[in-house]
Amino acid sequence: MTVKQVSVFIENRQGRLGEVLQVLKDNNVNILSISLADTTEYGLLRLIVNSPEKARDVLLASGFSSMLTEVLIIKVPHVSGALQNILDLLAKANISIEYMYGLSVETKDASIVVKTNELKRACEILDKGHIETMSPQEIAIL
Amino acid sequence: MIWAKEETLPREEIEKIQLDRFLETVNRVYEKVEPYRRKMDEMGIKPEDIKSLKDLSKLPFVTKQDLRDNYPFGLFAVPKEKLLRIHASSGTTGKPTVVGYTEGDMDVWTECVSRIACAGGATEKDVAQICFGYGMFTGALGLHYGLENIGATIVPSSTGNSEKQIMYMKDFGTSLLVATPSYALRLAEVAREMGLDPKKDLNVKIGLVGSELLTDAMRDEMHKYWGQDMLVTSNYGMSELMGPGVSGECEYLDGMHINEDFFIPEIINPETGEVLPEGEWGELVITCIKKEALPLIRYRTKDITKLTYEKCKCGRTTCRMANLSGRSDDMLKIRGVNVFPSQIEEVVLSVEGLGPHYEIIVEREGYSDKLTVKVELARATDSFTELTRIEKSVKSKLKIMLGLDAKILLESPNTLARFEGKAKRVRDLRKEK
Ligand SMILES: [Zn+2]
Repeated sequence: MTVKQVSVFIENRQGRLGEVLQVLKDNNVNILSISLADTTEYGLLRLIVNSPEKARDVLLASGFSSMLTEVLIIKVPHVSGALQNILDLLAKANISIEYMYGLSVETKDASIVVKTNELKRACEILDKGHIETMSPQEIAIL
Repeated sequence: MIWAKEETLPREEIEKIQLDRFLETVNRVYEKVEPYRRKMDEMGIKPEDIKSLKDLSKLPFVTKQDLRDNYPFGLFAVPKEKLLRIHASSGTTGKPTVVGYTEGDMDVWTECVSRIACAGGATEKDVAQICFGYGMFTGALGLHYGLENIGATIVPSSTGNSEKQIMYMKDFGTSLLVATPSYALRLAEVAREMGLDPKKDLNVKIGLVGSELLTDAMRDEMHKYWGQDMLVTSNYGMSELMGPGVSGECEYLDGMHINEDFFIPEIINPETGEVLPEGEWGELVITCIKKEALPLIRYRTKDITKLTYEKCKCGRTTCRMANLSGRSDDMLKIRGVNVFPSQIEEVVLSVEGLGPHYEIIVEREGYSDKLTVKVELARATDSFTELTRIEKSVKSKLKIMLGLDAKILLESPNTLARFEGKAKRVRDLRKEK
């Protein structure tokens, strides 16, 4: 199952990241995970939040360039080699990973956010391998 | 369609009209305009020395500074009572330049604009919305009278209140838009923000754009938002010469036809003043040969273009000037390289994923100039690869075009300044220090 991630373009200016977080806070959006890929001039902020549509809308309304992207949140059991197995499974199916970052929630498993090509097929492969992904409903109540 | 028979005359006949009017103008100016007489006297030239069109190059130039020095009416050749209209350009520094029109001048102006509007596709069936600022600026009223003369329905909506502009367009069925290219693009953007697709929901089929450079890339951008079938022509003029109506493109978009029975064009080297041959780029100099109130001789326009006298596919035989490639004033010298903002604009518009807005910043860093170009993303993205591609693409295209390394700053959509009149996109911080 896929969930929606919020992607925000930010210029690397003093306080720009803070402005994004302030907008989300003012609108009671809860951030579950955050990743920033950047150069010296600009960055892409990626967020997993409890209400992605709302987050995108309030950011757009505040003048930020934001959009929703479908990603997978894969549960990774606390067993050594678990992540390696998952990545292996995807690699063997010729699915490439564009980026990934961690998501920490208070559950027994760790989770990672993964953006791949061919998301639908990636889901099927994970299902077949009995690897759990999180649903939008699960995210919404966090 | 061609408006006037003077647009298709053989060369000899055009030149005959030009010579008659030119000699008459020189004599009249020498007699009536004291500051120009002084200039001629200083160079030791008398009206009798001027016998052919070739002798034009013996005459002194007139510059904007001359207009300022003789503010307000010092270069006029008629008494004030003869004036029907006064316009002025808002000088950002110092006094404005003042221009005046007699009844005869108004008729010539209307005729000239009718010709260029007709060349740009206007007919009596058009609903023409004029989104130039009305007032002291000549653009709006010039187009207004010319289009009215053709029989078009005029919507004098001026600039500003863009949502209302779109509402008029939709409700009145506007088919012809008069605006600066940047405002025309801005209006398309506003229409989209209002949930309209200008291509489908509006009926604008003709764009007469002027008072700002129209690059090919900008024209493509106009087509992209207003529709591929829109005929977008640029036209040229300036208040000192008359206003719009000096020249304009026809449907072949291969240079702007100059109304040669009213204006004689020359191209000069802006540094030496030497007249350059046909086809060479340089500063446009215009002599008005049928103006009563303000008959400027060899007026330096500061605009960079080139001329061709080849007959056009449209049937017109008049001289054509290429779309401007910049202002000799706007030219930036960056690390010794001549840079026109229009060149940078062309690059910005050619890169997929960028909007048409940009800002150029030139600074001094140590002993070297630093060029920064701020560009605006056209849409949100989640792809870092895409951002890198855009940045690198602008950088490498600028390097190829100018031979300069520039720093590229990507900005969020809708963050750079929008302009409703002439766009101010250059910040030269070297001058401010
Ligand atoms: Zn033509």
